[in-house]
This record gives sequence, C-alpha cells and structure tokens, in this order.
Amino acid sequence: MSYRCMQHIFLEMSVFVIDALNGNVMIFVKCRSSYCQQQKHNMISFIVVIEVDNEEGSAAESEDDDSKIATVYHTDNINSVRVCVRELLVLIHDINFLFLSVPPTPHHDCEDEEESENEKKITAKTRRGNARGRARKDSEEEEEMRTAGQRRQRNRRAQRKQAGNEDSDSDGESRKNKKNRANQISKQQEPSEDGEDDNKGGRKGRGKNETKQEKNPDEKGKKEKDNKKKKDKKKKVSSSSDSDSEEEPITEEELAKLKEEVEEKKKLIATLRNKPWQMKKKLDVLKEAQLFVEKFEGALGKGKGKKFYAYKVMMTKKWMKFQRDFENFKTACIPWEMKIKEIESHFGSSVASYFIFLRWMYGINMILFGLTFGLVMVPEVLMGKPYGTLPRKTVPRAEERTAMNFATLWDFSGLAQYSVLFYGYYNNQRTIGWLKFRMPLSYFLVGVGTIAYSYMVVIRTMARNANEEGGGDDTSFNFSWKMFTSWDYLIGNPETADNKFASITTSFKEAIVEEQENRKEENIHLTRFLRVLANFLALCTLAGSGYLIYFVVRRSQKFALEGLDNYGWWERNEVNMVMSLLGMFCPTLFDVISSLENYHPRIALRWQLGRIFALFLGNLYTFIIALMDEINLKLEEEKIVKYNMTIWEASLYNGTIPENATAPPIQVDPADVPRGPCWETMVGQEFVRLTISDTMTTYITIIIGDFLRAVFVRFFNYCWCWDLEYGFPSYSEFDISGNVLGLIFNQGMIWMGSFYAPGLPAINMLRLHTSMYLQCWAVMCCNVPHERVFKASRSNNFYMAMLLFILFLSTLPAVYTIVSIPPSFDCGPFSGKTRMFEVISETLENDFPSWFGKVFSYASNPGLILPFILLMVLSIYYLNATSKSYKEANLDLKKKLQSQAEENKKRNKQKAQQAREMEENSLETKPKQQGSKQDSAADQGTQKGRGDKENKKKTSHQQEGSPSQQHGPGPNAHYTSHGRGGSLAPPPHIAVTQPPVPRGYGMPGYPPRNPRFEGFPGGHPRMPRGTPNYR
Amino acid sequence: MGGSASQLPRDLLGEYQELTFLSKQEILLAHKRFSELLSKEERESILQKRVPKSQILTLPELRANPFRDRICRVFSTSEDGDGSMSFEDFLDMLSVFSDSATSEIKSHYAFRIFDFDDDGTLDRKDLEKLVNCLTGEGDETRLSESEMDQLIQNILEESDIDKDGTINLSEFQHVISRSPDFASSFKIVL
Repeated sequence: MSYRCMQHIFLEMSVFVIDALNGNVMIFVKCRSSYCQQQKHNMISFIVVIEVDNEEGSAAESEDDDSKIATVYHTDNINSVRVCVRELLVLIHDINFLFLSVPPTPHHDCEDEEESENEKKITAKTRRGNARGRARKDSEEEEEMRTAGQRRQRNRRAQRKQAGNEDSDSDGESRKNKKNRANQISKQQEPSEDGEDDNKGGRKGRGKNETKQEKNPDEKGKKEKDNKKKKDKKKKVSSSSDSDSEEEPITEEELAKLKEEVEEKKKLIATLRNKPWQMKKKLDVLKEAQLFVEKFEGALGKGKGKKFYAYKVMMTKKWMKFQRDFENFKTACIPWEMKIKEIESHFGSSVASYFIFLRWMYGINMILFGLTFGLVMVPEVLMGKPYGTLPRKTVPRAEERTAMNFATLWDFSGLAQYSVLFYGYYNNQRTIGWLKFRMPLSYFLVGVGTIAYSYMVVIRTMARNANEEGGGDDTSFNFSWKMFTSWDYLIGNPETADNKFASITTSFKEAIVEEQENRKEENIHLTRFLRVLANFLALCTLAGSGYLIYFVVRRSQKFALEGLDNYGWWERNEVNMVMSLLGMFCPTLFDVISSLENYHPRIALRWQLGRIFALFLGNLYTFIIALMDEINLKLEEEKIVKYNMTIWEASLYNGTIPENATAPPIQVDPADVPRGPCWETMVGQEFVRLTISDTMTTYITIIIGDFLRAVFVRFFNYCWCWDLEYGFPSYSEFDISGNVLGLIFNQGMIWMGSFYAPGLPAINMLRLHTSMYLQCWAVMCCNVPHERVFKASRSNNFYMAMLLFILFLSTLPAVYTIVSIPPSFDCGPFSGKTRMFEVISETLENDFPSWFGKVFSYASNPGLILPFILLMVLSIYYLNATSKSYKEANLDLKKKLQSQAEENKKRNKQKAQQAREMEENSLETKPKQQGSKQDSAADQGTQKGRGDKENKKKTSHQQEGSPSQQHGPGPNAHYTSHGRGGSLAPPPHIAVTQPPVPRGYGMPGYPPRNPRFEGFPGGHPRMPRGTPNYR
Repeated sequence: MGGSASQLPRDLLGEYQELTFLSKQEILLAHKRFSELLSKEERESILQKRVPKSQILTLPELRANPFRDRICRVFSTSEDGDGSMSFEDFLDMLSVFSDSATSEIKSHYAFRIFDFDDDGTLDRKDLEKLVNCLTGEGDETRLSESEMDQLIQNILEESDIDKDGTINLSEFQHVISRSPDFASSFKIVL
C-alpha cells in the first residue's frame, strides 16, 4: 500500500499488532475508507509487514476476515525496523490528527460514520494511553485524556447539531480541505436512512456506549490489549536493555505531539483568512479550532509548568488582542485614507500614488519639524534671552519703521527676519536656561540629524519597495498579464472605465501588431526621427531656461549692488518669479514635446519626469550658484563691517567714557548697534521665499489652470461654437509627473534650507497640509481621468530614487557651507567660531572627560578613518557581489523549479492515467450495492446506477488521451490544481468513486444548489477531487 | 444609519477580523454600506438578509467594473443562483479585494471570476468573453475576429503549460504570481 493510497483512502486507522512471528514484525492497519466500504463490509485491515530478513518478499497474506492488502517494508536489521515502526506511528498519528482537525462537517448522519470517528478517537487515545501506561502505569491520566476526548466529542456534536440545519453549504465547501477529503467521501457514500433527529439521538447513544465499549473490552478492546502487549513485547525485543531509558521520552513525545497539534490549530486560526472558503465555513472552522485549543491547552502544561503555561497562554491571548486593537488604532490614525481611496476609485492607482507620496512626505516633514521645533526653536524661545536683549535679536533702527508692514513680513524680513525662524536669531551662549541646554550643539546636531534621518528613511523605503518588487522581471507572460491583470478593479467611475477599456483595447492591438512584427520600416524611421527631434527640443528648452535663470540672477546681483530701493516689486522678486514661471510652463512644453514620441504612457512618464527633473535641477543649481556669489559678497561686506565696528566701538568708548576705564560699559540700545550682513539668515530667507513662491504658484496654477478652466468649460459649453468639453480646452488631467517633481524639489529646498531657517519645516508642513486638501478637492472637482489610464505600481521606487538623488544634491551645498565657510561673527549660534563644526570639539573639550576627547581625536585621525573607509568600500563591494550572485542563483532555481514542476506534472498525469485504468477495470467486477436514498450525490449507488454509462464515457474520454487533469466527469473537476509537487499524486480512486450526479436541491442534508456552479451539468462542483491546493 | 454599526455583535466583529483581511473600521464601514442597501425594516436582521444582485451592483465600487456580474456570482452563496449577497458574502468579497489579502487568494478568486462557465478551466470561450469584457461594450473598441484569435492564441501559448488548450488554476496562478501589477490592481476599497 503506497503512501499515496493512504493519503486518499484512510479514514481511520489504527496500528495494533506487532508480531514477531517468523522474525517479521507485522503491523495491522485497520482502515476504513470510502473505497473499501463500497465493495465490502465496512472494515478492512491492511497488514504492513516489516520483514527483518533480507528476503525480497512483496506481499504477506491477509489475516483478518476481510483484509486485503499488505505491503512490505524491507529491512535487514532490527534497528531499521524500529525506525520503520516509528515512522509508521508518526504517520498514523498524523493521520489521526488530520481527522481530529477536521472541521465539523454537518450531516454526519450515518451511524457508521459516527462510530468510525469515535473509534478513531478511542484508538488515538488508547495509543496515547498505551504509551503513558507503559511509561508510568498511570491510569488516571489516561482517564483524563479520555474524558477530555469525550468532552470534545460532545462539543463537536453540539456544534454539528447547530450547524446542521443551515450549514449545508460548508459541506460542499469542505471539499477543499485536503484533510477532510476522505472523510467526506465516506460520508457521502453512506446511506442515511434515518432522519436527522434520529441520527442525533443515535449519535448520543453511541457516544455513551463508547465509554462502555472501552471499559468492557469486546473484541476490539481485546485486540487492543493484545496489541498493547505485543507492542510491549516488541519493545522489549527491539530495545531490550534500554527500554526504561526510552520510555520517558515517549511521553514527552506525546506531549510534544499534543503541543504540536495545538500549535497546528493555532496556526490554522492564524491562516484561516487565507483560505478561499465561505465565511460560514471559516467561522465554523475557527470555532472548532478555538475550542480545540482551549480544551487541550490546559492539558499541555501538566505538572510544574502548568500555572506558568496557563499564564503564558492568557498573556499571549491578551497580547494578540492588544495587537489587533493597536493595528486598528494605527489604521485609524492614517490621515486622509478615505480621501485617497476615493480618489483611487475615481482615477485609478496612478493618481492615488501621488497622494500617497504626498502623505508620506508629510509624515517625514512632521518628524523634521518635531526635531527642529522641539530641540531648537522651543528651547530658544523658552530659555534663551528674550527678544530685544541682543543686537541679533532686535530689528535694527533703520528698519524699525517698516518691520511690521505686511509686505516686509511677507518677504520674511523685518520682524520675521529677527525671529526664531532664522539662524541669525540664535545666540552663541554655550548653555542656556536652568537645564543648561547646549543650544549651539543642539542646533548643529539637529541639522545633521535632519539630514541623516532623511537619508535613512528614504533608503529604507527604497529597500522595502525593492523587496516587494523583486521577481517580476521576466516578460514571458506579456499577453497573459495584459489579459489577466490589466483591469484596475479600483476604477469606480464610468468615465475612467471607458478610458480604461479604450486603453486596454489599444494595448491589445499594439501587442498583436508588435507580435506580428509587420510594422513598416518607414514607421520606425519616423518614430526614431521624432524621438530624436523631441529630445533635441527638450534639450533646447533646458538650455534656454538655464540661461534665463543665469541671466536673471546676474541682473538681480547688479540690482542688489545698486541697492534694491530704486527698483520695484518685479525687480526684487525677479529670480523667484522666473523660476516659478519656468517650473510652470516648461513641463507643459515637455508634455507637448513628448506627444511627438509616442511612447507607452509609463515610459513617457519616465521621460517626462526625467526632463522636468533636469529642468528643476538646472534651475536649482543656478540658484545655488547665485546664492554662493551672494554669500561671497556678504562675506566681503562683513569684513568691512567688522572693521567699521571696531572704529565704532572705539568712538563709543572714546566719546562717553574718557576717564574711567573700569566703569561698566555704557548701555547702547541693541537696535543701534551696527551689525554684519549675516549671510546665513540671508540664505535661509532665500529658501523660505522660494518655498513660499513655489507654493503660491502651485496653488494659483491649480486655481486658474484647473478650477477656472473647468468652470469655463462647464458653463460656457452651452453657448460656444464648438464642444468645449471634448474639443480644445476640455478639462485638465491631473499632472502626476509635474506634481511629484514639484514635491520632490520642494523637499530638496527644505533639506537645503532648514539648517539656516529652522522654521522652514514648519512652513513646509503647512504647505503640504493645505496642498493635500486643495489638491484632493481640485482633483475631485475639476480634473478628468487620464485618457490612457495606467498603473503606477513600479514608479514608486522611481520617485524614491529621485528623492534620494535630490537629497544628495541638496546636502552637498549645505554641507559645503557648513564646513568651509566661516560663520558670521555677530549672529547665529556659531558666531565667534572659525567653523561651525567646531562646536563639536568644544563640547568634547568642556563636557566630556579628557580621555574621551583623546579617544575621539585618535579615532578621527586620518590614519584610522582612511582604512575604515576602505573597509566600508570593500564590504559594499563584497555585499554587492554576493547579492548579484544570489540573484543569479535565484533565477537558476526558478528555472529549475519550473522545469521540475512540469516534469512532475507529466509524471503525475501518467500515473493518474494508469491508476484510472486500473480502477476502471476493477470497478466493473465489483458488486453494485447500496440503493440510494436521499443523499443523492454522495450516494455511490446512484452513481453506480447511472454511472455506468458515464464511466464508460469517462474511459473513452480518457483514452482519447486528453491528458488534462480534467478527467472523469469533466466539468466537476472544479479548480483542481495539479502538479504542485510530486508528492501529491492525483487521486485515481476518487476520480472513479465520485459520480457526476448532481445533488438534488430539495433533498435534506444537501447543500442547496450553489449558484456559481449552476452553469455546468454534472455533479456538485465542490466535490473533493484532485489535490485542492487552495491556500 | 449611524446606529447600524453598533448592531454588529462584538464577538462576531472579532471573528470577522480574524477571518478576513479587513480591519475593524473596514468591517464596520462595510456593515454600514451594506445596511444602506437594505430597507429600513430589513436592517434589524442584517445578518440574515440578502441583498439582490441589482442592488449590489449599484455600489459605485462595482458600477464600472466589467466583471461585476461575475463577482456577484462568485461570492454569492445564494441558493437560487441570483447572485444575491448576504453580509458575510459581502465581507468575503471585500476581504479578497482588500489591500492586505495575499496574492494567492486573490488569484484564486480572479480565476473564478474569469471562469465564466464555472467549469474549472479557462477555455477559449472564457478567454473570449474576458477579452470582450476588457475591451468594453462599444463597437469601436471591440477586437476583430482575427485579432481575437491571434490574441487568444498568444495567451494560450504563454500560459497553457500542459498544452491542453485551456488554462487551469495552477497555470493561472503561475502566470499571475509573476505579474508585478496584479496585487495592486485586484483591489476594491469601500
């Protein structure tokens, strides 16, 4: 009897006799199966004979009255016999377990079924009991186990009772449960003559009888006892000397097994949601499993660890509940979820991906804001010197009049310039307040931490995305993917759906055309020419915009030198305005250009993103270079101011305190003190202004470009000569690429500027917050879905890569200024130092023990750092190489797996074919039996009765050589998945014993016709067949 | 309507959370949406009531879906095949289409949705219907006869590993499991 057979037939089995006759060890395996029942009485015993001698014998004689087969394990020494026996025990245990874990299947109407189940349980228990008894001679425990079993039984019964009435569906459903399969078959085969109520009564009776049965040993009981003895004997034979030492671990083993079962159940509970069952069935299985776990969990922790175990179990339960609640809480905390989902359902996932990105960005900015706000701004406000006490914290006399004007504030000068928002406001006092807060150090570390955190987050997200995306790299299923995965189920808007239909059709057509490869030569040339042209135009645009910015910046420097007061608003804001306008119009231009190229939208999006990226980058760097120039100017100015300062101070002292040098220095109003230009604040201001103007342009674009256009199109359509909605202006589409890039560059500016303007993250938070609402609104009210809807699943990492790039680019200038430009002498937390990072060495000197400074100086020695860098580079190289090789190995394995699966499939098919033929032959000889009663489908008799024809048809069908798994009554081979692995062979027996007889709808105990399957003619679709790999 | 959410018993809610990929909020939202499909007096016993297919299809989430009829069919446990849904069927559906459902279960149900004649395999007829669903009702988007043949031929060449002229579940899952987009697009959110 092969393993395969066992898998498919066994309903219950027990191993009893281990006979040392003739030096062979025999194991009698009792088996009840659908297959056997059909032909014989309800019981068959297999004998597994383990021959100890070297003789090659294949079969042993049957011994029982109606036993059939015997298979032989060949072994040559006693040790391997033991191994065999143990394996068998494990196998049998497993099988028992399978049945224990069977979910409550309703309509176990037949007594035999019930009996068999009970028997099975008894045998399982007694076996356990045997082990125990052998080990400890402790009958109490056995009793306990038994009662536990009984209790469980009762529970199941009760459940079944309640489920029985309504839950007919899950009956059919359970076919998917592999473990349940055999069980089900037998159930279906058994005629249930009694009504349900009778059965229940009978069942109860049975249950009671059972205990008696066990205690007053009838034949079976005797046999069991015999078995026990024999087992013992065998034990002694096999391990005569060390039996005592081996007995203890067996109980442990049992315990472990029980534990395993409980674990299994728990796993089942955890993975239940992965099963494609109906809710009712899942509910039942869940309840069953929970009951089981509850019952046996207590039994597990016997003795010393019991209380602790119970405690542990309770705690895990609580912990699970907490986790679930926490999970719920977390999802409740995700902001704008509903908004985004709404957008997603209207516009598809690509538009939603922008909003998700925006939300993610918001999260990051929130943390950046928290850092700067909590560690820099708040301490300075609370503990630093108040406004007006220092020159750097006061508006200079010359600006006092205009300091509160809105225009000045809007420009972030005046009062705003001398506030916590900017670098210059902070004092260089080493510690402030009663907390001795190290302000300059904190300022520096926050600046570094901001950037470090950003790097970390971006890289981590990228890595995670890469993980998720891994594997989808082969393009061998081009068409199938188009077919099966192209529909975006999120689309809930008919218009979007229409666009999607159109785009799918086009993509089909394109793919077909490409496949046929009959594209004309000239077409390719034309496309190539157009693409080159498009790139050329894009390059021209880029160069032009670069030059324009350079020009404007030069001009503004000229203006600045001459003094801004002579010029109007435009001249002052020229740079920002030009940059914003370029950012507004160039993307549109690129869009027009890219329509020349005729790329797939996903590729077109990449190109578009790349171009806009280049544009923004050029703009940004021109801007930064201009800023650098300005910084140099300010530095020169600073030197002059410094010189003037000494003169001024000297004049001050000379004028007021001529005679007494020791008198306290005279009080000069801080507003009157001359001060340096403070280039850091200037830089910060520039970035803040840029951010603000950028935000404004975005909003204005939205309002004018989207909203007003939409209003115009909507209302003037009634009185216009052409159709505005479908004609020229039409409604605007949501510009994903432009918006994403805007967001990314904005973030780049934040990273660059936040060191000099600690208030920048706060401003950015505000911006993101408002733009979330504004853009959500704008999208929903005045945009139309894309003409060619596409999914954005892969673009995410593309965005991230750009973000990382921008992050890198924006840290460069920031780090450069921090490291190489001396800070202003009279403003900011680092004033008075030659370089900003000196704050670190200062802290090391003053706040740490001297040895730490020493260690630090050693560690920062180039002699150490260079090898360290080398090591890092080497390790990166090594890791890179290994990851590459892993990837290759992965691909190889994939290929191997694929070919193996195919091979297996072929082999299985052959086997199935053979087995089927064999079955069919044997079937004809078998007596037909069991007149059918109510249970029509399950009823083998019916099947037989009308099945002859079908069977023949079947045979011919199979012999025609249709090698598909869809053997037998074709249509009811429902969703058989085959060939997942070689171990699960197709079930030849079942294929035959499952008749294609439809279930009667009105019949009691039968699942009502399932609507989904009404379409096909024969058989209930949920009948167990094949290896149901539904998980 | 607001009160309807509280009608869901707490333990049942917990079990639903255990058995679906939905969070508590989503289940409650589903409950609310489902109860809105029922009339006032029916709302009392929401767990026993079935909503007819026509009502289900008015949901904006399903309205534009070319597979809406199939979805109802596949998830409905109705006895007379009218595609009506009980609340549990509804939850089942949402669970499968939710964000966190595994791609395996998604592909399983996708297969059943695409299997128009419920015979357990995707044969040429199924594929044809599928293509027609995807290209929409309009005549101008329909594929021509030869295009359709070509397309189906290509698909079978790619996916039909055992060359029996049909695509079965495991073949389907094999194809789907390699697709980068499937899990993100096989999604319906309320």
